[in-house]
Amino acid sequence: MKLALLDALEAARKAKRQVCLVRLLDQGGTEALVVDGQQTEGAPLPEDVLEAARAALREDRSKTGDTSAGKAFLQVFNPPLRMIIVGAVHITQSLAPMAELAGYEVTVVDPRRAFATDQRFPNTRVTQEWPDEALEQLAPDRRTAVIALVHDPKLDDPALDVALKSDAFYIAALGSKKNAAARQERLQALGHDPATTARIRGPAGLPIGAVSPAEIAISVLAECTRVLRQGA
Amino acid sequence: MIADENLLELARDWKQAGKKVALATVVSTWGSSPRPAGSQLVVDETGAMMGSVSGGCIEGAVVREAREVMDGAAPKLLEFGVTNEQAWEVGLACGGKVQVWVEAVE
Repeated sequence: MKLALLDALEAARKAKRQVCLVRLLDQGGTEALVVDGQQTEGAPLPEDVLEAARAALREDRSKTGDTSAGKAFLQVFNPPLRMIIVGAVHITQSLAPMAELAGYEVTVVDPRRAFATDQRFPNTRVTQEWPDEALEQLAPDRRTAVIALVHDPKLDDPALDVALKSDAFYIAALGSKKNAAARQERLQALGHDPATTARIRGPAGLPIGAVSPAEIAISVLAECTRVLRQGA
Repeated sequence: MIADENLLELARDWKQAGKKVALATVVSTWGSSPRPAGSQLVVDETGAMMGSVSGGCIEGAVVREAREVMDGAAPKLLEFGVTNEQAWEVGLACGGKVQVWVEAVE
């Protein structure tokens, strides 16, 4: 691979574009880049290779395909997964670094100064804005998880309200079954129908008997992974 | 540990630091192979490596090929699987099959 192509690839990824690196394996590994559906680097690709690259980007899956140019390896680099955690609480101190290890770009939202400190979150992006404002700015998409861990409707609900209007693939909130039912009702009172509020997973996480904050973080990240990879 | 997404950045950093660098990428898999297509391993001339193309079964052989490629050999497609024991002394214990593309960063 040429260093110049690597530079172009990294620049496109930094700009959060959808990038497909094409290698024509039967032609000595000739390389090309397809960014947001259009070719930007390399010798012009046949239309069917370009189409295959677009399909791989849509499916978010790298693969080798048979094309008019022989075997083509299509390597997909989609923008990173994101996780927005509402509440700079004890569980978040475990969940944020675990999610970063799993490949998420994490943002912690908490307007309470005592919680949202650099000392408690030395390596994580923390914002002290109000959850609804922060969420609107962060604009969750289908590669974003939104997790409310404050346990206080004043902060959790406005975040969930915005999340429900988005394509976020995983929406979850901490709390008992009783609290979860009450939360559904409150969000329905804000105008969401029951099918929409049912997108909120609560109590958040897989039932693995988690007790400590770190264990609860494992259970939440495990459920989030299951939804990402298996869709439910 | 480095996330998969950041391995290319590492390859670039190593290259710009004056090292010889090769990149191995899983391009196809069959059966129960441990890492999906797109998984990568970055190797330098000392054999230092980051990332993975299997659960650790074939990395040794891939690194050996990677060093030849960074010394000027053409990029090559390697194939590993239980059916290929004669061609390669390493195989996948899981019974799957993988193809790995090995190329130099130039």
